[in-house]
Amino acid sequence: MWLWIHKFGSPKYFYNVSGKILPWVAGATALLIVIGLYLGLFASPADYQQRETVRIMYIHVPSAWNSMFIYLLMAASAAIGLIWNIKLADIVAAVSAPIGASFTFITLVTGSLWGKPMWGTWWEWDARLTSELILLFLYLGYIALQSAFEDRRLAARASAVLAIVGAVNVPIIYYSVQWWNTLHQPQSLGVGMSTIHPSMLWPLLIMALGFKLLYVVILLMRTRAEVLERERNNAWVQELAQALVGKSVIGSANEYR
Amino acid sequence: MNIAEFFHMDGYALYVWGAYGVTLVVLSLNVILARQQQRKALRAILRAAQRNRSLV
Repeated sequence: MWLWIHKFGSPKYFYNVSGKILPWVAGATALLIVIGLYLGLFASPADYQQRETVRIMYIHVPSAWNSMFIYLLMAASAAIGLIWNIKLADIVAAVSAPIGASFTFITLVTGSLWGKPMWGTWWEWDARLTSELILLFLYLGYIALQSAFEDRRLAARASAVLAIVGAVNVPIIYYSVQWWNTLHQPQSLGVGMSTIHPSMLWPLLIMALGFKLLYVVILLMRTRAEVLERERNNAWVQELAQALVGKSVIGSANEYR
Repeated sequence: MNIAEFFHMDGYALYVWGAYGVTLVVLSLNVILARQQQRKALRAILRAAQRNRSLV
């Protein structure tokens, strides 16, 4: 296990392996999202209470799950970088923040667009809505802190502390609908306790998996780019560049514009 | 269900398509920016490599 972590933690190994995996994950992501959209928009019925607006749920709920999942992964990765000083973990944490912020933003906007026709209001200071908004501010604070330091080690350390402390907000979001009986409806999904019909459950689960994989795709793309930028003076990147220049397909660097 | 009905979304078109539209824009932007970053990084190391080669 430790051997594996160190092997995969080496930027060169990561760059090579992720390059091979990426097209497959991207393909699976596209397939899942297309199937999910078909089921969600065409094949599933309108809800008897929410009517056609129930279709917003197929992007709202997967985005909300991602917003929390990505935060936990970012905090865990930042902690690993902080404790064991693994560069790749710092990069994963840093590039996850804008992706997580994007999903949090989508969650808030789609929730608002659902809330207006269904609750009669764009926004309510409900426990879940408020804690999700705090999540967005935590992501933005993390991003701001990252860019506040010239030195990358220092930036990674300072922002890691914020990410770890902020993680306490995630269980608050998750349990908010049970702890405070406010506007947002309680969860209707869980092992052996789902209360939604299979025709609506399937598009939700497929979209959720598609969004998870989409996060992986964007994460791999950005991490690879970040690895190249940070390691540009290392021998393996130089070799990679020489190999690319050697190939007539690439030709001159200017063509890569 | 015909196409007009589908886009009409029983009167909730603005909300449903608005939600899908915002999601599409934000997620596409994520993919496009990630791609740009990768290309920029590759371009930079390629240019550096060519400079080194022409020096040799």
